[in-house]
Amino acid sequence: MVSSLYGALESGLIYAIMALGVYLSFRILNFPDLTVDGSFVTGGAVASVMIVGGHHPIMATILGAFAGVIAGCLTGLIHTKGKINPLLAGILMMIALYSINLRIMGQPNIPLMGENTLFNQISTWWNEVALDSFLLAPFNWLGISDYAPRSFYVIIAMILIVLLVKKMLDFFLRTEVGMTLRATGDNQAMVKSFSANTDRYVIVGIGLSNGLVALSGALVAQYNGFADINIGVGMIVIGLASVIIGEVIFGKQTIVRLTLAVILGAIVYRVIYSLALRLNFLDASDMKLITAIIVICALVIPNWLDQSQAKRQFKKSQKLNGAVNKEGDVHLATAKKDS
Amino acid sequence: MLQLKKIHKTFYPNTPDERRALNDVSNSLAPGDFVTIIGSNGAGKSTLLNILAGTLPPDDGEVWIDGKNVTSFPEEKRAKLIGRVFQNPLIGTAPNMTIEENMMISLGRTRRRSLLRRLTKKVRDEFQTELETLEIGLENRLTTKVGLLSGGERQALSLLMATFTEPKILLLDEHTAALDPSKEALVIELTKHLVEKQKLTTVMVTHQMEQAIQLGNRLWMMDEGKVIFEADEETKENLTVNDLLNEFEKVRGKKLASDRHLLV
Ligand SMILES: Nc1ncnc2c1ncn2[C@@H]1O[C@H](COP(=O)(O)OP(=O)(O)OP(=O)(O)O)[C@@H](O)[C@H]1O
Ligand SMILES: [Mg+2]
Repeated sequence: MVSSLYGALESGLIYAIMALGVYLSFRILNFPDLTVDGSFVTGGAVASVMIVGGHHPIMATILGAFAGVIAGCLTGLIHTKGKINPLLAGILMMIALYSINLRIMGQPNIPLMGENTLFNQISTWWNEVALDSFLLAPFNWLGISDYAPRSFYVIIAMILIVLLVKKMLDFFLRTEVGMTLRATGDNQAMVKSFSANTDRYVIVGIGLSNGLVALSGALVAQYNGFADINIGVGMIVIGLASVIIGEVIFGKQTIVRLTLAVILGAIVYRVIYSLALRLNFLDASDMKLITAIIVICALVIPNWLDQSQAKRQFKKSQKLNGAVNKEGDVHLATAKKDS
Repeated sequence: MLQLKKIHKTFYPNTPDERRALNDVSNSLAPGDFVTIIGSNGAGKSTLLNILAGTLPPDDGEVWIDGKNVTSFPEEKRAKLIGRVFQNPLIGTAPNMTIEENMMISLGRTRRRSLLRRLTKKVRDEFQTELETLEIGLENRLTTKVGLLSGGERQALSLLMATFTEPKILLLDEHTAALDPSKEALVIELTKHLVEKQKLTTVMVTHQMEQAIQLGNRLWMMDEGKVIFEADEETKENLTVNDLLNEFEKVRGKKLASDRHLLV
């Protein structure tokens, strides 16, 4: 039970980078980008092939992310220059990537057992500095060593990587270029009238978004110990669920707050996922259905709340009008003050 | 400063829906000229401004700004020369971003945007000084999301954002039409102030004849895609609403219906 929570935390941190990518396209650029399902695999595919080919895992991971940037830029190009709507542009790219990913991998699954992955590398460094015994001390002290994870290296390494990504994203989104990117998602006509090439911003933005997604895909492949052609199926929905859970629970006032919320949302999603798997009547394959239901609820319920609130307000104002009709204008003033 | 050479624009050509929005419009403005444009609905005023801004390409004819033929420039390139305020307050600003962020974007109009520039204390202070000139208290609300401002406040902000980087041409398309009268007076006052301060070459469309007479040094009246009457500085000094109505009847031979102060 507890160890599965550590697993959820680890994969939550890795998938958080994907969720940040989805946040960038879906929320910042207002572009529901389905490329994600394909580019996630592309990241894993490129990294795995390079690792198997004997390249350094850091190099492999970076190039995996870069492949995602290219895929995203292509989606942006199809949308802006080809004038194809965002959903269709993303679907087209996703389908195209399926074939491309198979070409890159050469087979539907690449095992990474025994290869020098990023996590193996980190594990080696980690054992050299022997931090685990230090971090495990409090658990032993409290006599709960049964609840301690086997090692902290994935969690610590991923926290550092995710925070680095978050800091860079926060910084970028508050530069002049980043602000213009955000405004492009908010009001394109306005951004154009201030002499910015919105097409270029969309292309770069979707490229960056898919770069993050592919980075996450490259890390997931190395964490799982294999790359698989089907691992990206439904990734966009998982990303959306993470973004929405994060926004609802942790708020969305500022950029800094929001990126943190998205990361925490991804972790919460993984925790829910691992808890749901412990229910006997659910299979791992049911999770896509559950994720879809979470997203539908998260999208629909706020609308319902708004509507019922509007209805209540309307009824209230009707009542007030009735009071005014019966008792003269005096009440209008008080009614206005109340509302 | 601004030259229009034989501009033509027809929507849906060669179909039953064909609409001639502009028919051989030629005209020019000297630096510092402020022209007000009036005309009935569908006269082609907005189309003319859209062609000036590069939002629409003309079918034929040329647009010259500051001695350059800009006809083939895409909108975002032309925007380096043009400041613009739209009729709809929602179009001129990004609602989910703060006042200071919106101003930062407007600052990028005349220069290359960079990854190094951010909202520093110095930039904020500059924005604050600029906002103070509006005298509506926005200088104390730099971090407020623009979507929370009233229509009048948004329009005042748009106006500032369009003008404070000193565009060669300022385009205003009924930028007060969506506001209630008190806010409208405020925005008109601001328009006058900002245009005079920087001696901006300005094109302003309005439906209110009194406004059109009061503001600026020149006036064009448009109908059915043509400029049917124009007043230069001298003529405009003594122009009255009645004169304009007479001109319209003379040229078009039809009586204006509805409110005589509003050309609709
Ligand atoms: N994008 C468009 N597509 C098709 N027809 C258009 C388009 N824009 C304008 N028109 C047509 O061109 C003509 C001129 O329109 P325009 O908007 O320039 O008029 P206007 O003078 O601005 O009128 P108003 O006072 O109502 O704003 C109208 O007949 C209009 O229907
Ligand atoms: Mg118009």
